Amino acid sequence: MAIDAPARARRRPAGWANALFVLPYLIVFVAMIVVPLAMGMWLSTTKSDLFGVEAQVGFANFTRLARDPIFLETVWNTFYFVLLTVPALTLIGLGLALVLNRPARWASVLRTIFFVSTVLSVTVVTLVWQLVFTPDGGLIAVAAEALGGSPVAFLNDQDLAMPAIAVTTIWWCIGLPMVLFLAALQQVPRDLYEAARLDNASRWKTLTRITLPSIRRTFLLVVIIEIILQFQLFGQPQLMTRGGPNNATRPIVLFIYETGWRQWELGYAAAAAQVLFAMILIAAMAQYFVASRKDDR
Amino acid sequence: MTRPALSGRVAVALVVVGAVLMLVPLLWVLALSLKSNAELMADTHSVFNGRYTLQNYADLVGDGQVFRWIANSLIVSLGMTAGVLILSSLAGYGFARLEFPGRRLLFVIVLFGLAVPEQAVIIARHQLFSWAELHNTHGALILPGLSAPFGVFLMTQYFRAIPKEIDEAALLDNASRFTIFWKLLLPLTIPAQATLGIFTFLSAWNDYWWPLISATNKEMFTLTVGIASTQMNFAQTEGLGFLMAQAVFAGLPILIVYLLFQKYIVQAVAGAAGR
Repeated sequence: MAIDAPARARRRPAGWANALFVLPYLIVFVAMIVVPLAMGMWLSTTKSDLFGVEAQVGFANFTRLARDPIFLETVWNTFYFVLLTVPALTLIGLGLALVLNRPARWASVLRTIFFVSTVLSVTVVTLVWQLVFTPDGGLIAVAAEALGGSPVAFLNDQDLAMPAIAVTTIWWCIGLPMVLFLAALQQVPRDLYEAARLDNASRWKTLTRITLPSIRRTFLLVVIIEIILQFQLFGQPQLMTRGGPNNATRPIVLFIYETGWRQWELGYAAAAAQVLFAMILIAAMAQYFVASRKDDR
Repeated sequence: MTRPALSGRVAVALVVVGAVLMLVPLLWVLALSLKSNAELMADTHSVFNGRYTLQNYADLVGDGQVFRWIANSLIVSLGMTAGVLILSSLAGYGFARLEFPGRRLLFVIVLFGLAVPEQAVIIARHQLFSWAELHNTHGALILPGLSAPFGVFLMTQYFRAIPKEIDEAALLDNASRFTIFWKLLLPLTIPAQATLGIFTFLSAWNDYWWPLISATNKEMFTLTVGIASTQMNFAQTEGLGFLMAQAVFAGLPILIVYLLFQKYIVQAVAGAAGR
């Protein structure tokens, strides 16, 4: 860094040539992120459809959103879904990591099994789970009948549809929190456990006094990452319930999709997208804040 | 010492039960895919007895459209992976090693891109591609994925970790910046390339929303969108077994890839999330 001023001046021309390395990416970045982001913000202040902008409406789209009962319901649905999935994913992921963090062969096989669903696409996952939930010969229905019960139409029930989608999602996504916790557990210094063993500490004490405090930061990160991921719920309800019954499973992203590509109200959809963006941005800032405090585990 | 040992065994038992719950839905689908449609319509309990058949798979292969979708998915995923690796490596080297005006500011702006979700840009992006008449092309399915800032972030970190002495020695030998990048440093980044490549391929293969709205022509469907189009009429379908065969067919390649490259995939997914 200690280059004197004349030397720096002489390097100027080379400096511009150096920028050629980042230029290809920057062009794509501007075209695919910066421009659409700015254009989306501008669209959200217009009344637009398939054929273009009809009128400048200022903040009318946002005031309309605030009074739109369906949009407000999708906001509630999204938070409800996050509440159903994120604590479960975090705690199950932690539990799995604690049990499976050992070198034994069987533990490695089980880790493979719990991560396997993560690599599937949302369309395969929803296909599988529709066949589990369907009352006409679905897995649960067949099992219930064998035990003397009667089949339940989970996905057509206003109270059960969202929990059913949550179960599907937990099955699909459990691999990520598990491996994040496993990675954190590997980082806990061995000598801490050694010391605990010498002190004759019980397993429970070792867990609550050493293991859990050591992975505090990862715990927080997993919660935030999962909030961001699950906030963007889209494919599962779009494919399994189409937002029904009676809007019970319609999340914000599905609202944006349908407003934009079913009703072609692009301005209004863009406004809803800005609201979602603001919410995710808050969570992303929190993630950055937690992640950058590296010294404090 | 008996109590902790017992609680430990209970925990392991619970995890084993959980593993069974993970696998049962997949086995259920596999079993249904091996039953004839007629038999399933008559009685789904027949899953547990009666004849198994490969007829659904034969129909699938005869139908052929699934292969078209797989080909599209392969072209898009491989294209995106190659593009991301090239752009991210060049940019990562530039940001990590070279001086140019505005470097710091540009890097911060790119990092900010990490926080921009797809939903915030997808409407305008769709408009832009409409105006340029790019929809229903492979290029349209690849291009947006090339802008993901994660790769640039990862490669910049990786290049920074390589000792500077390597470039400095080469500079004294009058090697050009590009030669240093290409001959000396790039081979050292292969682990990061593997991580980034696997992660990009997997996300491209499983991407849903953008292909759903960009590829509206059946010929241009990716596998993900194609499978979605066949389950839209799930409730009315008379070809449950066929649908399930399609699910197995769509899921199996990626599951095999997962079993082969498990270590790298887990690393890549965890790395991308914990950035």
